[in-house]
Amino acid sequence: MNRFKAALRTPWFGALLAIVVLLAVNTIKDPGYLAIGTNQTTGMMSGNLLDILRISAPIIMISLGMTFVIATEGIDLSVGSMMAIGGAVAMQTLSSINQPSSVTAMLTAIGLALLLAFVLGTVNGILVAVVGLQPFITTLVMMMAARGIARVITGGQNTNARNGPFNQLATGQILGIPTGFVLAIGIVVLVALLMRRTALGLMIESIGINPHASRLAGIRPRPILIAVYALAAVLAAIGGLFTVAEVMTVNPSSTGNLMELDAILAVVIGGTSLAGGKFSILGSTAGALLIATLNKTVVFLGVPSAATPAFKGVVIIILVLLQSDRVRSLLKRRTKSPTTPSTPTAELESQEALA
Amino acid sequence: MTKSSPSVAAGSHPIVEVKDVSITFPGVKALDRVSFRLLPGEVHALMGENGAGKSTLIKALTGVYEIDSGSILIDGRERHLTGTASAQEAGISTVYQEINLCPNLSVGENVMLGHEVRGWAGIDWRRTHAEARTVLARMELGHLDPRAPLSSLSIAMQQLVAISRAMVTDSKVLILDEPTSSLDANEVEVLFGVVRRLRDQGVAILFISHFLDQVYAIADRITVLRNGQLVGEFLVQDLDRTQLISKMIGKDFESLKALGSTRQKDMRDRSTTPLLAAAGLGRKGAIDPTDVEVHAGEVVGFAGLLGSGRTELARLLAGADKADSGAITVKGEKAGIGSPVAGLAHGIAYSTENRRDDGIVADLSVRENIMLALQARRGWMRRVPAKEVDKLVQTYMQRFGVRPNDPDRPIGLLSGGNQQKVLLGRWLATGPDLLLLDEPTRGIDVGAKADIQETVAELAEGGMGVVFISSELEEVVRLSERIVILKDHRKIGEVVNGPEVSAQSVVSIIAAESEELAEQAAQELASSDSTTTDTTTTDTTNADSASDGRDS
Amino acid sequence: MTASPTVTDAPTPTPKEPEAQESRGAGLARLWQRGQGFLPTLIALALLLGMLIYAQVAYGRVFHAGTMSDLLVGAAPMLILAVGMTIVIISAGIDLSVGAVVAFSSVAGVMIMGTGVNGWLGLLIMVALGALFGLVAGVMVQTFNVQPFIATLAMMFLARGLASMLTTDVVRAPEDSPFGWLATKWKLYDGPKVNDFTVTPGLVIAVLVVVGAVFFMHRTRMGRTVYGIGESAASAQLMGLPVARTRIWIYIMSGACSGLAAVVYTASVQGSARNVTGLGWELDAIAAVVIGGTLLTGGAGYVLGSVIGVMVLQVMRLIITKDGTIDPQYLTIITGAVLLVFVLVQRVLARKGRER
Repeated sequence: MNRFKAALRTPWFGALLAIVVLLAVNTIKDPGYLAIGTNQTTGMMSGNLLDILRISAPIIMISLGMTFVIATEGIDLSVGSMMAIGGAVAMQTLSSINQPSSVTAMLTAIGLALLLAFVLGTVNGILVAVVGLQPFITTLVMMMAARGIARVITGGQNTNARNGPFNQLATGQILGIPTGFVLAIGIVVLVALLMRRTALGLMIESIGINPHASRLAGIRPRPILIAVYALAAVLAAIGGLFTVAEVMTVNPSSTGNLMELDAILAVVIGGTSLAGGKFSILGSTAGALLIATLNKTVVFLGVPSAATPAFKGVVIIILVLLQSDRVRSLLKRRTKSPTTPSTPTAELESQEALA
Repeated sequence: MTKSSPSVAAGSHPIVEVKDVSITFPGVKALDRVSFRLLPGEVHALMGENGAGKSTLIKALTGVYEIDSGSILIDGRERHLTGTASAQEAGISTVYQEINLCPNLSVGENVMLGHEVRGWAGIDWRRTHAEARTVLARMELGHLDPRAPLSSLSIAMQQLVAISRAMVTDSKVLILDEPTSSLDANEVEVLFGVVRRLRDQGVAILFISHFLDQVYAIADRITVLRNGQLVGEFLVQDLDRTQLISKMIGKDFESLKALGSTRQKDMRDRSTTPLLAAAGLGRKGAIDPTDVEVHAGEVVGFAGLLGSGRTELARLLAGADKADSGAITVKGEKAGIGSPVAGLAHGIAYSTENRRDDGIVADLSVRENIMLALQARRGWMRRVPAKEVDKLVQTYMQRFGVRPNDPDRPIGLLSGGNQQKVLLGRWLATGPDLLLLDEPTRGIDVGAKADIQETVAELAEGGMGVVFISSELEEVVRLSERIVILKDHRKIGEVVNGPEVSAQSVVSIIAAESEELAEQAAQELASSDSTTTDTTTTDTTNADSASDGRDS
Repeated sequence: MTASPTVTDAPTPTPKEPEAQESRGAGLARLWQRGQGFLPTLIALALLLGMLIYAQVAYGRVFHAGTMSDLLVGAAPMLILAVGMTIVIISAGIDLSVGAVVAFSSVAGVMIMGTGVNGWLGLLIMVALGALFGLVAGVMVQTFNVQPFIATLAMMFLARGLASMLTTDVVRAPEDSPFGWLATKWKLYDGPKVNDFTVTPGLVIAVLVVVGAVFFMHRTRMGRTVYGIGESAASAQLMGLPVARTRIWIYIMSGACSGLAAVVYTASVQGSARNVTGLGWELDAIAAVVIGGTLLTGGAGYVLGSVIGVMVLQVMRLIITKDGTIDPQYLTIITGAVLLVFVLVQRVLARKGRER
């Protein structure tokens, strides 16, 4: 019972609940919404649920990277453009190699895409950690610059390529589950291991919660910040690969466009505070799944997909307001819960009062 | 209004009256039924150590904090203050230690901001600047160019501009919150000139400063707070320095005298290589160049009031701040300690006085807080094995009796004393040779205090060098073998502890009105114990080089 | 009443006022100090002139009345946006929503006019809609303490989404809408062939906005408070300045500027509106402001500097178009790179200033 209560309080529980609600809405509109069938010609499983999993893969990737950036009290507005970079490099490489069934070609394309993203992400990290620019302005510049670079790579054109193995990454299935989703979850697990089996996660949280105390404890913030921004860029590029692999074409202007809000939203839904601090990989992943469901639902209900940002804008406004101290203290006064820990600001004030 | 009266008549009507005011923060009673009154035409000093409630009282008077109970009367009328603007309206202006002006704007604008003279085409700059010049001239600052950027002025001049700004609104009450902490002697004199002028014009001035000499130079009356409570209100002439310090630190004069020291006479051989030696270590604006030595197995106390430089010196030793002069040798070898990482690498751990802002990582668990510094030493790749962490956590939680005994609880939810114990565990986990403890017993309960004191003695017994800093001199005297005495950002002496050394004798050194007297007091203390005469030092040379440094 | 040095935006102080107490030396020293503040703006001005001269030498026909008026008329919407952005950035904030608000305001305005609402009233509604977005952002920033970039990022997505919800096609204003009048060309100088110097009412509006903003920032108490907030909101609060009210007004003004820019822009494209208008304009506006010498960290800057910044970007575009060999794809990269360089220059200058 207690464990159940604890699960209720976790942020990802809310996300799962919201997913269920959205699916229920869809099912009311079309009772067969949740059905999973088999495509007669290809022998593959098909259905709306699988579609949601497939389109969630890129969102899971960018949210994962954004989680760590936000945990350090930063932001990365360039993830959408990094997706375009990943897609553009991969498509351009594949189309110039032009070996439709070569695995080597696929690996080369992926390698080059991730390498460029790594370099650009490192630039972000250096500008933030060493030069000391504000994260949002650094990554805003990178957002525009990286999209420009993607356009330059493809010559401003939509670039197509043919490569079977690469295409399989998005459209294939493993035991009926979309390959892209399986890979994405695999990467989430790998990154989670990297964060929790080493001390990287602890140090990221420590820096995000109290940079001064972390410094006095002997943590060097710079390499960690650079690594976090580089990781975010690489993960975003992987997200870009998933996106283009599905259609085997990249539009440098629209691939990943406006996706940065999806990532921020998923992270905030997942319970990581925009003020930095403790992060939840599970929460961000659940948040990403919710956004994939939302994207699909909006289209299913007949709203133009270009309008989805409006919903997300409203959701983020609400979430951000809920996180603000003013609303929190209002809610707390209302509920009068004695177990709620006092907010850090209240304690800070008492500290000031003592000084 | 009393014109030019340093001796305030009891009959004069108080301009500000604080009656039984209490302010409570989660877990802390910051002000406990404090009453206080401020008369027109007086300079009233508000004194107290850390946590006394000075800042809280000021914030109540400026409308930053709401009071929970009691009342504030201004000019006889009860007022409900909601912020700086409403306080200004009520006639209360405040000048803070960190000058709250806009260095990006001109001097005149800073004086007039929000009160600019307006003409048909918006602000009339010519008349605004002329008005600013008039206001400045009233402060004898007529020589300042109102159009020059504020950033071109010295800190002292900016401070005076801030006061001028306060007087634009014809304030009846001026609160000066540590206005002198970054000024030199001449600048302080200029400031005091202005303060006296305002006083003679009938302005009531509330003066807060760590510098005793300055309080005695300017104040008419003194109110002392301790632990959120009123200790008393005194006329300056009725309260000498020793008495004042005693009132601030909480032991009254007689008991201090009687207490003496429980520590045995120091017999340490100091000819061996010290664990750590600093020569001419200093940082501009924080601490003048200072020599200090710590031997293995020794507890060295840093004694001095808040703002004396005790914290600043410790931070330099640990690499928390970068020194701009001097050098540190560790075990006889030159060590470049420019960052906490380097400090820890040389086996120097520093536990900060500001537990909340610089110590704990609030949302992380007790376990994670204990292992943090050790983990940082090992690097992010090699996570400290769970078994080792468990052992460390168990060891330290048991040794210090951390309550509640739950290593997975976020440290922010623990009481101050328990937080301090966890932090002590964090630093001990790194296996330091030298431990710098800055106010480890501040704001914690008596039991935890005794635990920590005991631990300090044990650690030294085990061969660790410990630097112990505390506002409670009695504690310093009881624990330390040697006491380094600091005042006004410099080391003014060093005494080897012995039966004849007491908190009272340290107080008398700090309270001495001049350096010569301090020296004399230290020497007297030393000569009363023949074995330690030659080891007692008073740093007149340092003091000299320090004043040179300030001029340059 | 003569203008005194502090109130003019121009880098050169106006001739001295007769002030006997002041020595010549002090005046010179002050001039030098003030000059340092203008240094970035002077760099931008030099860059602008250099680029113009380069373009004239390389391609010719740049210092021509026709080219010049095209440059200015084309810059009008961005001028208005940059003015709003300047005020926000001087207050140490940021407004990422400007491009999206232009799109929403323009689509909504055109559709409202399409329903038969009076055209002039429609224009007013466009400005008001922009101001409304600003108000919401301002309340989030001030009352709920949300970081400005998050608040305005949310508004950016909201506005863009709402615009797309209204339509994803091109919508056109009725033939008789005021947009037609706003795009009329007034010939001020009749040169040979097409070399006329013409202005549009849109450009006049932009100039009025600039003049108004200069007045606001330098001649009103609220304008001065903006500078105070930008230096340190906490200090401004402790100085007893009306921080909360001012900060909300700052964002309202920026939103209103976006609405007005939508009016001028829609007029310049013959009253047609699309939901994808203004993509990336926030970066252009920020770049113009920063190039013009306004500190991204707040507290210092000039509206007129931002005008220079807008023109720098405009001439850059001109050169790229005229050159023809540079891929237009590079434009955003170049804009980003220029912005980055200026931000870095600011940091270096700020560091030097602190050392002094």
